Amino acid sequence: MTTTTATIARGAAVKRYLPVLATGFLLLVMYAVGVSQYRAFSNVQVVFNVFIDNGFLLVVAVGMTFVILTGGIDLSVGSVVAMTAMVSAWLLGEHSLHPALVIVIALLIGPTLGFVMGCIIQFFEIQPFIVTLAGMFFARGMCTFISSSSVPITDPFWTSAAQARIRFGEDNFISPSVIIALAVVAIAWYVLAYTGLGRNVYAIGGNQQSAALMGLPVARTKIAVYTISGLCSAVGGLLLSFYTLSGAPLIGVGMELDAIAAVVIGGTLLSGGSGYVLGTVLGVLVLGVIQTLITFDGTLSSWWTKIVIGGLLFAFILLQRLIGTRRS
Amino acid sequence: MSELTTRLAVLARHRLFWPAAVLVALLAANVAYRPSFLSIELRDDHLYGSVIDIVRLSAPLILVALGMTLVIATGGIDLSVGSVVAISGAVACLWISELDDQNSVGGVLVALGLALALALVLGAWNGFLVAGLGIQPIIATLILMVAGRGLSQLITQGQIITINSAPYKLIGAGYWLTLPFSILIVAVVAALAVLITRRTALGLIVEAVGGNAEASRLAGIRSRRFTFMVYVVCGLCAGIAGFMMTSNVSSADGNNAGLWVELDAILAVVIGGTSLSGGRFSIGGTILGALVIQTLTTTVYAMNITPQTSLLFKAIVVIAVCLIQAPAFRAAVTRWRRTPTPAAAPAPAATEVRA
Repeated sequence: MTTTTATIARGAAVKRYLPVLATGFLLLVMYAVGVSQYRAFSNVQVVFNVFIDNGFLLVVAVGMTFVILTGGIDLSVGSVVAMTAMVSAWLLGEHSLHPALVIVIALLIGPTLGFVMGCIIQFFEIQPFIVTLAGMFFARGMCTFISSSSVPITDPFWTSAAQARIRFGEDNFISPSVIIALAVVAIAWYVLAYTGLGRNVYAIGGNQQSAALMGLPVARTKIAVYTISGLCSAVGGLLLSFYTLSGAPLIGVGMELDAIAAVVIGGTLLSGGSGYVLGTVLGVLVLGVIQTLITFDGTLSSWWTKIVIGGLLFAFILLQRLIGTRRS
Repeated sequence: MSELTTRLAVLARHRLFWPAAVLVALLAANVAYRPSFLSIELRDDHLYGSVIDIVRLSAPLILVALGMTLVIATGGIDLSVGSVVAISGAVACLWISELDDQNSVGGVLVALGLALALALVLGAWNGFLVAGLGIQPIIATLILMVAGRGLSQLITQGQIITINSAPYKLIGAGYWLTLPFSILIVAVVAALAVLITRRTALGLIVEAVGGNAEASRLAGIRSRRFTFMVYVVCGLCAGIAGFMMTSNVSSADGNNAGLWVELDAILAVVIGGTSLSGGRFSIGGTILGALVIQTLTTTVYAMNITPQTSLLFKAIVVIAVCLIQAPAFRAAVTRWRRTPTPAAAPAPAATEVRA
């Protein structure tokens, strides 16, 4: 009796983690392919570079995970990233504000927009898709409103953040941005796994009505996830401005799609209620490794990235569908 | 006086009232800025004028939005239309660019046929994922949205294909019977759509499927078949829109053609009063919505504001229109108005649009 329960429980656990395991397996396979094809691929720095080049996407995708877990979607993230970078560059350049003050302001804009969008979604019952679409237009419009061309950043704090290297051994290094990104991941993991807010997020994604009947604070939680997503986008925008040392009105176009793709490939159900931050991290790494493979190959053009991502999206959605059907 | 207000109240409740009011307000703002805005003149047997231009430029968007309306009416959404626009334009231009005589009508027709067939296949792929495998529409079409952009770049090899074909040019930039040819195409497609959905039971069936797919299936409607069909139709509409966009500039750009048109199309549908949750649709509303979006863009251009800042205005219009149409917001406003402070809110749309 106890053994069967244990087996069933173990089976359920395996099934629950299957999408994440599949993503992890895919990542290993892709890495193995890279190592077997290109000698330089086994260099540890290749892995570090994936993190360095995708730190901002990682942070943005973590925020998107919160929203998608509640069954919503946030299309504004790419534009909020651009707006944060743009506002930082503008405040530093045009107004010569103190860097600390700029960071505070930059980190306030994203969550404020997210909070407003969350309120509209919750209180006026308008679909997240449309509200965040308007948010996307708004943030992108603000970028061009500030400047229609790229604004360089020459602030000493920013340049030192961009050039700082945290060294491991002789010739391997990461940038401080990677540490920040990993810290965001750790906090998000803790919040989702061990706090009341995390439990409410999963409960609302599972079934909003049941969650409301159970007395969970649905309104507060839903507004919170859009605020969190806005905050993550703002952090992502700061990291991107460290990375590029400029703010440009067209950076981050389509980043919301990359973030959604990473979340889906990471095994989070788009209907909400099921998924893990770890999966999202793996999803971002899969996207990063695809990019690296295509760069290493040299003969493949950049558009293959999109085609491969599309194929992977299809495969993972199909996988989720198969698991989902068996469950119900 | 009271009769007038009742009539106005009845009018305001018509579901095309708000989109029409926004359009009129936009046009009025334009006339205030430039009094000659509404004038239309006949030159070389062709009609010219800002209004004609707006309609001509909004033709591809109207087409895409018409397909989107049907998809949304079934409770779905199609994010891949922008990619389909790019792919169909790329295929047509690639085929024409390899013709010995780019002006041969036969060759152009073959190119159109090929591209339309491909658009049909892409629409069928979306339909298969949604109706066949039961995947959420937003996710199912996300696949083609991402991969399709890559495919269109693959077709054009990342280059811009330039062509010089008179028959193809006619589709997007030509004139026929003094009117831009693209307007005529849209008129025919829209008339067909209205005829088919409102003179036959098809429209009702689509609305039934959107209202409740399971219930309509139990009522004997093959809901899956109809869901599949609307995605095919949406793909075809996007395909034709792809011809118009590439024909207008005589070149295909796999990277930028049809970029963000899916968002504009969804906006047009929403502004036109079709609910994103499905079950009801209005083709007239969608056409009005597309005209509102194009007029807004033209207005921003005309007033010498940076083109991309038009996104800011779009955001304001979208939120205003959505709020006005949202029952929860209306309830909140009515409650607020009943409170004794009569410093009443002006109609949100009118003020925010002019802002």
